[in-house]
Amino acid sequence: MTEPTDADHVHAVTSRRRLLREGGALMGGAVLGGLASHAALAAPAEADAGNLPPNIPEWMKAPGEPMGSQLYGTPSPFEKGVVKNIPKDLPQYFSASGRTPLQDLDGIITPNGLFYERHHGGVPAIDPAQHRLMLHGLVDRPLIFTMEDLRRFPSQSRIHFLECSGNPVYTKPYGKTASDLVGLLSCAEWTGVSLKLVLQEAGLQKAAKWVVAEGADAAALTRSIPIEKCLDDAMLVYSQNGERLRPQQGYPLRLLLPGFEGNMNVKWLRRLRVAAEPTYSREETSKYTDLMPDGTAREFTFYMEAKSIITRPSGGQQLNTPGFHEISGIAWSGHGKIKRVDVSVDDGKSWQEAKLQDPVLTRALTRFRLPWHWDGQPAVIQSRAIDETGYVQPTLAELIAVRGDNHFYHNNAIWPWRIAAGGEVTNANA
Amino acid sequence: MPTRELFVAMLVLVGLAGATPARAQNTFGIGRPATPAEIAGWNLDIDRYGDNLPPGSGTVSHGHEVFDQQCAACHGAKGEGGVGDRLVGGQGTLATEKPVRTVGSYWPYAPTLFDYIRRAMPQNAPQSLSNEDVYAVSAYILNLNGLLPAAATLDAGTLSAIKMPNRAMFVGDPRPDVKNPDCVTDCPAPK
Repeated sequence: MTEPTDADHVHAVTSRRRLLREGGALMGGAVLGGLASHAALAAPAEADAGNLPPNIPEWMKAPGEPMGSQLYGTPSPFEKGVVKNIPKDLPQYFSASGRTPLQDLDGIITPNGLFYERHHGGVPAIDPAQHRLMLHGLVDRPLIFTMEDLRRFPSQSRIHFLECSGNPVYTKPYGKTASDLVGLLSCAEWTGVSLKLVLQEAGLQKAAKWVVAEGADAAALTRSIPIEKCLDDAMLVYSQNGERLRPQQGYPLRLLLPGFEGNMNVKWLRRLRVAAEPTYSREETSKYTDLMPDGTAREFTFYMEAKSIITRPSGGQQLNTPGFHEISGIAWSGHGKIKRVDVSVDDGKSWQEAKLQDPVLTRALTRFRLPWHWDGQPAVIQSRAIDETGYVQPTLAELIAVRGDNHFYHNNAIWPWRIAAGGEVTNANA
Repeated sequence: MPTRELFVAMLVLVGLAGATPARAQNTFGIGRPATPAEIAGWNLDIDRYGDNLPPGSGTVSHGHEVFDQQCAACHGAKGEGGVGDRLVGGQGTLATEKPVRTVGSYWPYAPTLFDYIRRAMPQNAPQSLSNEDVYAVSAYILNLNGLLPAAATLDAGTLSAIKMPNRAMFVGDPRPDVKNPDCVTDCPAPK
């Protein structure tokens, strides 16, 4: 055949793309100016010179993919290394967690496909037409809602972070990357109805002090929430970043308690029981309680305290050249807005204020940035967050001095990164 | 806006503001009543006093059989742990460098054991055990922890009456409990 048909031509273009894609995979995805991932350094940086100036790149010489080749868009194949960070070799994966690759993301919003996950009985496949929310207990009118019912209530959209309370634990080994350390953290725009409105629809009785929330998963996960939170900023959420919740995030309905530990934000929400007391479920007694060195344990430790981490440059990355590098990271507090983020580039001897990205939202991730000139010498860089209550993010040593090694939850330590003379970035606490 | 519509709109606004605490009517009229039978079918919650525990009972010896069939593969033959949590032992370790948190050493309330097993266990088939089997396997786990005699039968009354050894060790949330001095210049070297 001397003249290729259209189909053959498409095939040829696709094959060439596949080659490029595989080449890109070797390069490990992110190569950002002077900053590169380890994988990128390990592979020879042999970009096809034929696509570089003064030549005309391949992708300009033929039409690209036609409209409709992806009915739901996915990232560029060159970004296929940017995925959830899921521990290998766990004994089982039904009660497990997957982390957001914080070091590969910009801004404050976590893409839905990279939002961190924690489930206790797998991810249920729920038909929304057969899902119901039951509201009962100390109410005047016990009610059952369909999803359609819940979407009829006045809606609201707000941006909030969500963080697992075991993010990370206090004991070694400490993780290598920002994701390993605090990747059980994400932030999204949530849409739903104020829980207060729904509770008022049923009529709260005077003795109502707690609301017990239950998920429709195989763990029937149950947590008790103080009524003050339920009547403040709690939401029943059905959408995340503009689209319906993903199954991993509680489709079709979840609870959102801004600033409270992730476990309480019950997914696949099917039942709310208004009560005078907490239910003392397994999740709020044997788990999600914080053991102290003297053998006492703190219970009902809801709030996530102020915290921050530098995501760029961070562990696993590489500074390829001395000179200008922007230091960038995220800060957040369950108690409200971030007031200030300080950054140290001299192993904690001195601190300077970073610039916060506007708008600074309450109980949301706040992006901070600081211009930095790296002189090529070994350095330790770190950030600390200060929230609107004046609380200052502590060091790991300060936390352990009070809480001991076995506290497990609510570790909001500063995580310093060590930069070697060669530009390799590692966890300075490891 | 006609007067009547304005009046209705004002009523709605008053309702939204929650100005009348004991309203007889729903503000939005959304949702339908939940019947007592529907609530009874879904409400699995058992509180720390054992309220809402179902009728029925189970013996330690029957619990041993249920445990061997349903639980031992993940939790070990004697509750020593495996893929699943360790369930037995650890009493006296919580204030040491290697605390062992189990039902016997850590859990503050015994009725929670029934609640959790019934709603979530076994992990491959939750809510498949009969209430009698849940009482029995709860009895066996308590027996393995030295909290119930081998000849015992567990029911709503006896389960609620068990005092767990670690009950008094839970305290409230004292945070903020850790203070960073917020040094800006000439800061001391990190420890």
